[in-house]
Amino acid sequence: MPANLTYLGVELARPRVAFFELSSCEGCQLQLLNNEATLLDFLSLVEVVRFREGMTEAGDDYAVAFVEGSVTRADQELQLAEIRKKAKVMVAFGSCACFGGVNQLKNRFSDQEWVKREVYGDFHVDTQLARPISDVVKVDLMIYGCPVKKEEVERIVTDLLLGKAINHPKYPVCMECKANENICLFDLGEPCLGPVTRAGCDAWCPSNRMGCWGCRGPADAANIPQMARIMAEHGFSTETLLDRLECFGGFAAHVEEIRKKG
Amino acid sequence: MIFKVFAKDELTRLFEVLSVNRVVGPVQKGLDRKNRPIYSFEVVDNFDDLRLDYPSTLYPAKRYFLPFEETLSSFTLESGSWEKHVDYNVYQPQVMFGMHACDINALNKLDKVLINSVHPTPYYASKRRNMFIIGIECMPQPHCFCRSMGADTVQHGFDMFLTDLGDRYFAEILSSTAYNYLLKIKTMEASETDHQEYRQVVREKSSKFTTHVDTTDLTKILDMEFQADVWKQWGDKCLSCGTCANVCPTCYCYGVQETVDMNLQAATKTKQLYSCNLIDFAEVAGGHNFRPEAHIRLKYRYYHKHRGFVEAFEESLCVGCGRCGESCLANINVPEVIASVRYEE
Ligand code: SF4
Ligand code: SF4
Ligand code: SF4
Ligand code: SF4
Ligand code: SF4
Repeated sequence: MPANLTYLGVELARPRVAFFELSSCEGCQLQLLNNEATLLDFLSLVEVVRFREGMTEAGDDYAVAFVEGSVTRADQELQLAEIRKKAKVMVAFGSCACFGGVNQLKNRFSDQEWVKREVYGDFHVDTQLARPISDVVKVDLMIYGCPVKKEEVERIVTDLLLGKAINHPKYPVCMECKANENICLFDLGEPCLGPVTRAGCDAWCPSNRMGCWGCRGPADAANIPQMARIMAEHGFSTETLLDRLECFGGFAAHVEEIRKKG
Repeated sequence: MIFKVFAKDELTRLFEVLSVNRVVGPVQKGLDRKNRPIYSFEVVDNFDDLRLDYPSTLYPAKRYFLPFEETLSSFTLESGSWEKHVDYNVYQPQVMFGMHACDINALNKLDKVLINSVHPTPYYASKRRNMFIIGIECMPQPHCFCRSMGADTVQHGFDMFLTDLGDRYFAEILSSTAYNYLLKIKTMEASETDHQEYRQVVREKSSKFTTHVDTTDLTKILDMEFQADVWKQWGDKCLSCGTCANVCPTCYCYGVQETVDMNLQAATKTKQLYSCNLIDFAEVAGGHNFRPEAHIRLKYRYYHKHRGFVEAFEESLCVGCGRCGESCLANINVPEVIASVRYEE
């Protein structure tokens, strides 16, 4: 493996990267291993010093930290603070890290002791509300998705290495859905959060005939009141809308507002 | 103009003759929740898949001329130098088998901007020039207002235009290519009876329009109503989603992206169709956004279609196909928006 890379004759250092997991299913990390065709190219681009799913050694010297998962325990806060000290670039990797993810669904219940009993029984687990990592440390870069899209991660890492600006689509999923010439799910009688959710997944769900659940969080101009009107016009209840908006945590602020209005 | 008629089953022959090329035509793509068929332009191998009596398609045939995403060039990078490869992405002539007048008019409008302008785009021109177009007469749907936009008939930009006369087709022949192809099937000179029946179809079509847009003095009215409150009202509904531009046969705006391969030895420059309703459409380097508000972006969509383009080309950039209104989840549609700007009910 080359120690250094060259791009148009200019030498570039391979950044040392580490992967960490807080409370998560590790599905985002798994995405990276998924496509063997590009895995070697990815590994020649960076120097992985820590990646539990792919190697046994665990290095402590890294410039870029990819943190997957949400914060649900006190010790994770300390771990995050340690990582932040070492990492030049702190990446929230996937929707759990960005917004709390599916884990934060438990925050919906007012009685957290009941949640603990239901899930863990008598087994004592020190667990708190699920939070995005930006609640604890400063995050430099978000990579959205549940799970993240491998092609997007690869492009972002390449751009990081080349020093290019990292831009996420600001428009909603509908834009990509239409580019795929799909039939709109509302026309098929199903709900979809595509009109308000940040694109970047190439309309993964609608292209497979499933409505979007908003895993990438809100687009830059998310018009939630209009989304609510569309759901109502198509015969879907406010609860159906809230179920979707609440699923990954990206719309937490919007949900709070809708609930306040009653 | 040359007119011919031919028996319906001769069209199958014509299809076979033409199908040495890639044939694209209207087919049924699925059913909506009310079990109504949804049509789309697809590559057709089998004549029986064609639905020439289709009412309209959800999407225009734009992707065969202006794909949503297209590689403009690719680069091979070597140490210290690079090589550029350009490909216009046309590999074979295409036949468009059954386009409605509005959609052919849309191509004629795109030609003005993308071929006959100061900066023609070879990516579009090469596809457009390698295209054999058969138009087909249609019956207006509730959302169609092409008549108001002067796009319900088409004068040029196609090879042959067919009108269904029951047991035969009435063919209007515009190009020598079409003339020569028709020599391969059995045709007859159009008789006075054919002319009469053709006029009958035209009359019937005319009587079927239910949606109208008043374009009288529209450029002036739009100028007067630049600050009108109605824009804000429509803007409040707009999702800034870009659906309207993506289903529009005449929207051509795009963005360009450069990506470097992970092995750092190759790069590509890609064009992606964009929409003036998207939040960063007017964002410039440094981050300043000239149109941060949804209603302003929506307004400029209408100003480009019904004012700017009219001033430049003396015609609107809207053919009245009604697709944007049909697909907009916020029910924003041209007839209602224009009526509201004119303070009509
Ligand atoms: S299916 Fe969803 S993403 Fe696609 S156009 Fe409809 S609302 Fe938008
Ligand atoms: S369509 Fe929605 S839920 Fe599905 S991957 Fe994309 S953003 Fe996530
Ligand atoms: S007008 Fe309709 S389709 Fe167009 S951007 Fe607004 S909401 Fe989307
Ligand atoms: S603006 Fe709407 S009605 Fe006009 S051509 Fe475009 S899609 Fe058709
Ligand atoms: S400015 Fe808007 S309306 Fe005009 S072509 Fe571009 S996307 Fe279409």
